[in-house]
Amino acid sequence: MATRGFTGRRPATDAAGRLPPGQSQTDDFPVLSFGPTPRVDPAAWTFTLYDGPRPLAAWTWPEFLALPRTTWQRDIHCVTKWSKFDTVWEGTTIDDLFAAAGVIPPTSYLLAISHDDYDTNVPVADLVDGKAMIATHFAGAPIPPEHGGPARLLVPHLYFWKSAKWVKALRFTARDEAGFWELRGYHMRGDPWREQRYTDDP
Amino acid sequence: MKGAATATPAPTRWVNASIERIVHQTPRAVSVFVRAPLPAHVAGQHVDVRLTADDGYQAQRSYSIASAPGAAALELVVERLDDGEVSPYFHEVAQPGDAFELRGPLGGHFVWRAEDGGPLLLVGGGSGVVPLMSIAREHAARASVAPALLVYSARTWDDVIFRDELLAARAAGRTLGVVLVSTREDPRPGVDLGGRLDAAALAGILARWGHAPERAYVCGSNPFVEAIADALVDAGLAPARIRTERYGGSASG
Repeated sequence: MATRGFTGRRPATDAAGRLPPGQSQTDDFPVLSFGPTPRVDPAAWTFTLYDGPRPLAAWTWPEFLALPRTTWQRDIHCVTKWSKFDTVWEGTTIDDLFAAAGVIPPTSYLLAISHDDYDTNVPVADLVDGKAMIATHFAGAPIPPEHGGPARLLVPHLYFWKSAKWVKALRFTARDEAGFWELRGYHMRGDPWREQRYTDDP
Repeated sequence: MKGAATATPAPTRWVNASIERIVHQTPRAVSVFVRAPLPAHVAGQHVDVRLTADDGYQAQRSYSIASAPGAAALELVVERLDDGEVSPYFHEVAQPGDAFELRGPLGGHFVWRAEDGGPLLLVGGGSGVVPLMSIAREHAARASVAPALLVYSARTWDDVIFRDELLAARAAGRTLGVVLVSTREDPRPGVDLGGRLDAAALAGILARWGHAPERAYVCGSNPFVEAIADALVDAGLAPARIRTERYGGSASG
């Protein structure tokens, strides 16, 4: 259905090929969080891998920074319809994290859990084989608190609510358990190229 | 956190919406009243809007709902962004009878139902007042006895969206209090504090209100929300009691 009088402003051809359906490019870095920015002290920070309730491995901040580090340049896509191109992140890939812990994923799903009790579910297959990292740096500097510092999950090929800010743990779950937004009407997987925004999207 | 989730129906498919009327609220904000076959919303929710050009090109945006649940027409407020793609259409082109597509209602966290009660603190900056207006209207429509306070910071007196309705609600002296803060103007005694809404000003407002908020809803630009949410945490409010919604990015235009 065409809207009378709406002409719109099409993105440049180059940008158009990189924009998933329904997205617009921004040069800003908007912030979306459901509550106040939590105050996370790196001195007290730990990162833990769990299998259900059972801890498998844990790192302090200095230990975490000593893990193998990787830098990526990726486009990111927020479900609120902005996309940002060529963002540069540095951190430890999930592959390197699992290897350092000597962990073979015991299930096919996990929940990323944050310091503000946010959580989000991600299939393990979307995190391994070079698809995701725990990032500590953005654009060459420590991630600012409002963008998720000291550390956030980065899963750039899924809508950005999956890239949990202020992440403190990954918990393997026996089944695909809905996280915070997934319980509130958002899609279980969130692939921007298939426009999986809301619960009933295919 | 998970226990706090309340049943939110899955959003509907895209539906056709027809513009009933357009009201220019301020030089930068219009209310677009639409009729659309959507499920009833919960105060604080938003919708997705999709516009299609003649050649099939589409643009999507999200807009907050200002009307109370159950209102005959859905009231969306569109702020004009000079560089925007969609907002100038609603300001300069759209007319009653024009049609576009809508999807929703959306958002299951920044919501308030009468049974959620209070004391309820609403803090809005600029067009961030829009979802709070839906909550304030629902509070009035349901004759809620929960103490509620709306603190609304706008650039100037003429940028105060819903000014007449808010002043009337304030004069009526019901359980909803209204504090206006026009940041670029001098105070208007009794109506407008003027000046910056910073941590000290907010603490003063809360002290005069005399209630400890059970729930706080903060909506506006990211710097505004960061500052207000931080000030509320400093004032002793538990972070889990503070719900935020932030505007930003070119996709809001």
